[in-house]
Amino acid sequence: MSDSGNKTGKLVMVSRATQVKEAALATLFFICAFVAVLAVFLIFAFVAWKASPLFSQIGLWDFLTGTQWSVEDNIYGIVPFLLGSLIVTAGALIIGAPLAVLTSVFLSEIAKPRVRNIIRPAVELLAGIPSVVYGFFGVVVVAPLVARAGGGAGFGPLTGWIILSIMIVPTIATLSEDALKSIPMGIREASFAMGATQWQTIYKVVLPAAKIGIIDAVILGMGRAIGETMAVLMVVGNAPQLFAGINAPISTLTSQIVLGMSYSSGLHRTALFGMAAILFLISMALVLTVRLMARDQKRKTKKKDKRL
Amino acid sequence: MATTTAPGTKYALELVNRPTDATYYVRNMNFWYGDFNALTDISLDVMPHSVTAFIGPSGCGKSTFLRCMNRMNDLIDGTKVEGTMLLNGADIYGSGVDPVDLRRRVGMIFQQPNPFPQSIYDNVAYGPRLQGVKRKSDLDDIVEDSLKRANLWKEVKDILDKNGLAISGGQQQRLCIARVLAVQPEVLLMDEPCSAIDPTSVQKIEDLMTEIKDEVTIIIVTHNMQQAARVSDYTSFFLQEVAGQPAVLVETGKTGDIFTTPIDKRTEDYITGRFG
Repeated sequence: MSDSGNKTGKLVMVSRATQVKEAALATLFFICAFVAVLAVFLIFAFVAWKASPLFSQIGLWDFLTGTQWSVEDNIYGIVPFLLGSLIVTAGALIIGAPLAVLTSVFLSEIAKPRVRNIIRPAVELLAGIPSVVYGFFGVVVVAPLVARAGGGAGFGPLTGWIILSIMIVPTIATLSEDALKSIPMGIREASFAMGATQWQTIYKVVLPAAKIGIIDAVILGMGRAIGETMAVLMVVGNAPQLFAGINAPISTLTSQIVLGMSYSSGLHRTALFGMAAILFLISMALVLTVRLMARDQKRKTKKKDKRL
Repeated sequence: MATTTAPGTKYALELVNRPTDATYYVRNMNFWYGDFNALTDISLDVMPHSVTAFIGPSGCGKSTFLRCMNRMNDLIDGTKVEGTMLLNGADIYGSGVDPVDLRRRVGMIFQQPNPFPQSIYDNVAYGPRLQGVKRKSDLDDIVEDSLKRANLWKEVKDILDKNGLAISGGQQQRLCIARVLAVQPEVLLMDEPCSAIDPTSVQKIEDLMTEIKDEVTIIIVTHNMQQAARVSDYTSFFLQEVAGQPAVLVETGKTGDIFTTPIDKRTEDYITGRFG
């Protein structure tokens, strides 16, 4: 209480109204925070429930290892899509991650403020472009180029890689730049003062120091790539077949779910929910990996003065 | 070199206007941050095999001046230096001089200990490795020798593979000193090295300064008068009298003289604690 008129020296009791208000606000904040937890739980429970018949009707093993997917014959093996997602994601990372990390190094370590103020908003803008626009760009511009260069229709992994690698650049670059900026200026100064060049400082001091943060950024970019649906759907060809070259159509978990969801029923629908559950587990594993790495890192640099 | 000594500065030791055997020979140096003239007309000799202390109130330009001595200010956009600054007779701001090479010869210790988040061993081996030392046995010798000179060897000899950030702040600062000593610098610049660490480490750092000053000329910026009196052979007093005006070097001389019989009234006032 900042009541300056109270000069009697008596302490004022907390009013009942204040207590109730404080408690109500605390509850409100808790509920808001809890919505996220609840949503995750509910969605997973729902997906798992809808997917559960596949254990008895398809068999987990056949589902996870079957290489054939045929709705007419009621054969649901998701290997083509698992592999498709893996190939598309891996390729996007191989192209996109170095591009993004080098961009972040440029922004954080090299660029003068004037240049940085042009490039950073441009990178951030990439994240704001709707994925259908990326897909459209892929269909209209990239696919014809790929077709001309490599034959085929231009719809396949290669086009997917190009589009997706651009899409994950902002995710990785932004997070990686945060990781680099969190490295204390002092260790850069120390390196320069030792007579290191800028390149030596970046390569031998700054990048190793930010390593965990950069790996986190790449993993989150990977999550973005694996979950991306619309743009991928538009450019990879969507044939439920195994990888047959960088220009041959393939399909991914996400695109297959979207394509089937509208008309599927029965076992087909169960299989789609099964794929959704797999996607969910993959994302969860990625987030968990990031968490564990961050904790490990903290433990390593913790001071242990007592031992000395 | 037709220069005169700075008119405002009091010199207990006569300053000659030709290159001497001084480690640093500074004449009529000015420094700008953009349009702001931060230091004006600094003339000074830094003697070899000795410890020189720069003292003065906060914001008086002593750290800025120190950072001119290994061209660390080059890393800040819009800074400018005028005048003469010779290191063992060579003009460090001469055209074509490589600041990277200069910094190999002039080591620097900062106020906040700043070890790399790598092992203690890798921290000390950093400089030698930059210079191309690869043999494990050579590196081992350099690491041990440098840590010994930095008064840290006994405490860390069994934990060399431990992260440099996992030791105490005072140990970190001595690790930074070892890291610099590993490249055999001619000069060691210390920018308030003891203001953020524990008293035991301060003692050890002051001891090592006395031990190594024959090999490495040491210049230390400090806010601590007692420290300046304890460790330094020469003292220079910097002062910015009016905010927004450039800082000047008020007086420079042997530490004993500065602390007992300062020539300038302002030096006396500062040392006796009347301001700052």
